[in-house]
Amino acid sequence: MNKLPMPEQLVIPMAQHAGPPAAPTVSTGDHVTCGQMIGRAADPGSVAVHASGSGIVTGIDQRLVPAGSGLIRSLCAIIATDPPERQPESPQCLDWPEDVSAQLEAIRDAGMTGLGGAAFPTATKLGSERRCEILILNGAECEPYISCDDMLMREHAASVLQGAAIMLELLQAERCIVAIERDKSMALEAITAAAQTQGDNRVIVVAVPTVYPAGGERQLVESLLGVEVPSGRYPIDIGVVCQNVGTAHALAELATAGRPLVTRIVTMTGHGLLEPQNVEAPIGAPISNLIAHCGGLTPDAAQLILGGNMMGYALPSDDFPVTKSTNCVIALGSSEAWMGGEEWPCIRCGECASACPARLLPQELLLAGRADRFEAMQTLGLEDCIECGCCDLVCPSHIPLTSRLRTMKTKLASYREHEAIAAAAQTRYAEHIAREDRAAAEERKRRTELTARLDGDDTSRRTAIEAAIARANTRRKRREDME
Amino acid sequence: MTGALVLTLITVALAMLLLLGDRLFADRGDSAVERIERVLPRIQCGQCGYAGCRPYAQALVDGSAAVNLCPPGGMTTVRKLAELLGEEPQPIPQELGHASLDRVAKIDETLCIGCNLCSRACPVDAILGLPQLMHTIIAAECTGCELCLAPCPVDCIHMAARRA
Repeated sequence: MNKLPMPEQLVIPMAQHAGPPAAPTVSTGDHVTCGQMIGRAADPGSVAVHASGSGIVTGIDQRLVPAGSGLIRSLCAIIATDPPERQPESPQCLDWPEDVSAQLEAIRDAGMTGLGGAAFPTATKLGSERRCEILILNGAECEPYISCDDMLMREHAASVLQGAAIMLELLQAERCIVAIERDKSMALEAITAAAQTQGDNRVIVVAVPTVYPAGGERQLVESLLGVEVPSGRYPIDIGVVCQNVGTAHALAELATAGRPLVTRIVTMTGHGLLEPQNVEAPIGAPISNLIAHCGGLTPDAAQLILGGNMMGYALPSDDFPVTKSTNCVIALGSSEAWMGGEEWPCIRCGECASACPARLLPQELLLAGRADRFEAMQTLGLEDCIECGCCDLVCPSHIPLTSRLRTMKTKLASYREHEAIAAAAQTRYAEHIAREDRAAAEERKRRTELTARLDGDDTSRRTAIEAAIARANTRRKRREDME
Repeated sequence: MTGALVLTLITVALAMLLLLGDRLFADRGDSAVERIERVLPRIQCGQCGYAGCRPYAQALVDGSAAVNLCPPGGMTTVRKLAELLGEEPQPIPQELGHASLDRVAKIDETLCIGCNLCSRACPVDAILGLPQLMHTIIAAECTGCELCLAPCPVDCIHMAARRA
């Protein structure tokens, strides 16, 4: 496989994973070596970030960087790299401890995230307290254009299985299923051969049908085991953990060579690219460098897509860094780019419902979204939408359903948050009012008691009080006169 | 004769059953006031001129208040209220205020003199502090009602975005 030469500048985001961003541990002017930790895992849900090349930190700035389903602002370490002859052969070595909990810590400190796309911290997934019976290694590339996992399995089959063995130990799982799409015959052969050599009888290799989105976590669990992951739950809730084959390879690299996660394989493809290929690129390398490495764009190039053609999104320019979740960059040629037809009203044909792999009713969801009916969105299972884009493709009215549903998800989340604050405020306000009423009632009671005591008392005390008041008045009068 | 008696008995028995069912499965649905209150943002800012969201909801049900008095709810709330009460949605008068759930109050802790006035004004007890000592706002409990701004004698409270 082709390796991208070290670019002159690296932009390494602190937020490359699901969860809180890493906290920078270097500052402007520092010299860093390849593999040095430059961002610390801020809390257990976070992972560390490493320098993917040696050089000098020229700034820690806020930049717009690619994330899961769009661009986000993140703190980035900007590194001006040393000349190629001063770049080390391999990154700085990390320790691989014997103890299991220390291993999980080491995985977090090595910056391991799922390399399939969602970038979920690997340590969190492997360190779950729930019992895991089956480990699924996902080699069923989700999208038609992407082939980085295919390439990896062909070239590093043994390493992938080694990673699987480490995961099995960490999870205490009994079985590992390596799922590979049926049309990837070379990857299937390579992995099967490697499995035979290793002779680990816990590992089985299964070919799954090539139907998009076969590589979606939930869809894969269902097609392999025939069990559905319940709505709002994770595969671990039914005793299954899914890991991408790339993650397994990265883990094996960590355990055998002490390599932190500093590179990843990116599929560079599309009719708009002169030499489409899979490239191993350092994290933080600019996408423009990758495009240049692949011969540059053709005059026909129309649109740049980050991620697959189904779930990816258009990039406004090529001035963005490769992150841990960047699996694919497509330069669409004008014949491939579908800029979306004119949108027509929904004719309620139900095509979207039959296409939906999560068995949702996109047209009903769309109606609920238009009317801001949040309860309906919830009951219709908006959050189970995996944003695969199938409904968009089949819709005869060209309604961009996926992007609508995505917007609705954000709206639903903020509605939920507001609702929670409002409900809490309502109870707190009720308690506040009750407390004030109680205080007022107590004050009233005290006053009535005092007056009652005064009224019911004998006259001698009353005269004494009146005399005291009179004395006080005279004294005040005298003082006023003196002034 | 027997027929009539049997029929009457059956009717009476069925009537009893119906009554029983009605008692057992009574519609414990919320009152109109509660339903209206749920449409409101419930941040208790009082910018509508009523003491809180429930009093405003009560006034709406009584028909003595207009539907366009809730600045934090915005036009979404106005439209929902108008729909529920069968009225025409009207724009919200600017002078009512602009409380919003998207903001929280922040105390400049170097200026706070510990007078305790803000704490007493807060409808949701989100302000913490002892007399003569620095006060602070529990951001997670703050509803952005702005009721603490006016009482502060040193103007050390300002509104900030809920998410920085």
